[in-house]
Amino acid sequence: MNSTLFVLASLDGLSYAALVFLVSVGLSLIFGVLRIVNVAHGSLYAFGAYLAASLSLLVTPISPWLTYPALLVASLVIGIVAGGLIERLLLSRVYGREEVLQLLITFAVFMIMDNLQRMIWGVQPIYAAEPLKLLPNVSIFGVSYTSYQVIVLPIVAVLALFGLRYFLRRTLMGAVILAVTEDREAATAIGINAQRVYLITFIIGATLAALGGALASPTTSLVPGMGTEMIVLSFAVAATAGLGQIEGTAITALAIGMARAFVIYLQPEFEVLVPYLIMVAVLLVRPEGLFGATKLRKI
Amino acid sequence: MKKTGKALKLLAGVSLLLGVLGGSATAQDKPKELKIGITTFLSGPAAVFGEPGKAAAEMIAADINKKGGIGGVPVALSFVDEGAGGEALVSNYRRLVQDEKVDATFASISSGSCNQLVPLAEDLKMLNFMWDCGAASILEAKKYRYSFRSQANATPEMLAVLVYLLKTKPNFKTIAVVNQDYAWGRESWEIFSTALKQMKPDVQVVAELFPKFGAPDYSTEVSRLMALRPDVVFTTSWGGDLDTLVRQAGQRGLLQQSTFVLAIGESSVQRLGKDLPEGLIIGARGDHWFLHPEKKNDAAFKAFNEAFKAKTGSMPIYPVYHMAQAFAALQGAYDKAIKANGGKWPTREQVVDAAPNLEFVGFGRPVKLRAEDNQGLEAQLVGVTKKADGFNHMVLDNMMIFDAAAITTPAGQKSVEWLKTLKPDFVKMDVPVFQHGK
Repeated sequence: MNSTLFVLASLDGLSYAALVFLVSVGLSLIFGVLRIVNVAHGSLYAFGAYLAASLSLLVTPISPWLTYPALLVASLVIGIVAGGLIERLLLSRVYGREEVLQLLITFAVFMIMDNLQRMIWGVQPIYAAEPLKLLPNVSIFGVSYTSYQVIVLPIVAVLALFGLRYFLRRTLMGAVILAVTEDREAATAIGINAQRVYLITFIIGATLAALGGALASPTTSLVPGMGTEMIVLSFAVAATAGLGQIEGTAITALAIGMARAFVIYLQPEFEVLVPYLIMVAVLLVRPEGLFGATKLRKI
Repeated sequence: MKKTGKALKLLAGVSLLLGVLGGSATAQDKPKELKIGITTFLSGPAAVFGEPGKAAAEMIAADINKKGGIGGVPVALSFVDEGAGGEALVSNYRRLVQDEKVDATFASISSGSCNQLVPLAEDLKMLNFMWDCGAASILEAKKYRYSFRSQANATPEMLAVLVYLLKTKPNFKTIAVVNQDYAWGRESWEIFSTALKQMKPDVQVVAELFPKFGAPDYSTEVSRLMALRPDVVFTTSWGGDLDTLVRQAGQRGLLQQSTFVLAIGESSVQRLGKDLPEGLIIGARGDHWFLHPEKKNDAAFKAFNEAFKAKTGSMPIYPVYHMAQAFAALQGAYDKAIKANGGKWPTREQVVDAAPNLEFVGFGRPVKLRAEDNQGLEAQLVGVTKKADGFNHMVLDNMMIFDAAAITTPAGQKSVEWLKTLKPDFVKMDVPVFQHGK
């Protein structure tokens, strides 16, 4: 592989990793605080994408630039409404119960949302590329890239990473979340409302999933089953990093994105396997994940 | 004489009674309804084909019933979701046959589903029309009695596209493939590339890319193809995958750089709208196009298309026409069997006996069920995208309609072996060309 192809593959890997990170980090955050593996995370991603596309198509005739706020609005609506409802109505009843019960409930939510998605948006692929079309392409070594994929997506992912770090480590609410994560009983004893912390954390995680979907919507066709694809990959990334590891998730998403891109250039038949080969290799050596530590704080 | 007379009267009475009983027995044999079980994708990505297929089935069944049914018997439909997966599909198929007592089935869209259900239909002695699945191997590996394919298979579908490419772009030197990583993507490329090697051995395959089925992103594949600059990019992808590939390629100029061949792109043309540029080669898995040059003025064809659009919001795509062919085959087989049975309602075995060599018409050229292997002989339409006034999407131009017999594997031969016997002059076959609107 020459230096030109190296740069091209790196750019492809970067844009892919940005989307994967946004979804994976929400999953990881929810597990880190709530100790629940949220299978419905993929549905939140899909709903974010579908709602963003619907809003984009709605506002485009008014002004195409309104599609950008539409992506954000869609993420927030799904994160707050769907995420809030799932946490309040279902998950809040099973905290501390058997893990298999929690898993089954989120799986049931996933199935319900998958069918709801089909009922609301149908089965024909939907595409709303206006945000992507608004920005010019950039040429790198004679190969054209969309600015949206190689500039906007990575910037949003970096902002999400640093924003989340800042929120958790520099704000009172972040400190409260960390306190509940560290020791729920002690935190409750000093007057922290753990239920509220769980709700807020789940909404943040759900919003990140929906944001991933919303940002993906201009680049891909929205189809039934898209949530399944993403949840499987997100689990691979989160598990490889170590569940609950935010920076680790970013590094792992980048590594898997890069590995996938390079494999497509060098040995494309291994493209599908790469994320899972990396996951298996890591978990065999470090069952807690690359950045996981069983005794340390989870976020 | 008196005794003889009495005996004759008794005999006549018994005969009359038997006649009445016999007559009423025949009338009872004619069922109240003809039950058809249909497997189709109602969930998952392939619902882009399954839902239009279901909508078509409901429309066609309503139309048949409005006209008095098949042989005077109204049809009733039951649907099973192929998206539920292998075991559920098999269980549901058994339920259709053994509990719901369907009279015939249309199974399936996926070749994987057909591979599971065709042997099962044989075990259950169930008349089955493989209404949309494309794997040639199913009927090439074994002779079945109860299953018939009411459309072509992947071999003529790919061969037609290849011959079109070679006729219209004879000087290309390099080609790349981007197919979905599952049975259809792999098999269709094997057919296409095997035939290509025979007909144009100097072509170099510069990339064979098989992204994951349902992949949301083709950026890396697009980058690689832009760097490789192949003359032709071939794909048999469909649904959301094809839409994503084409749009991402279009946004970055790849569609203008290479000649794209969308081997089953007919099903995406309307949905992709103006995102498709001119000059893309489009296949249709049969002679299917809502502006079919030989059918576009046919009143029934136009009425069906308009009714389908009114029901679903879009003009029909190939699975819709394949569904129409399955109904036409079923109706044809029943009509033929009823006629052979002296006008009486036939047994299932008699209907099965009537199906080989049956010729029927859906909404394209006539299709024939080849007796040797139950394979449907269906014409193939291939064209190139072109802008046209009055449409918010591309239309097909320079359409060629390939005669089924010329491009279908001969009975008794395996497709891949037959393809290896083809010569470069195969491409010289005479094929009529039709311009859009003429």
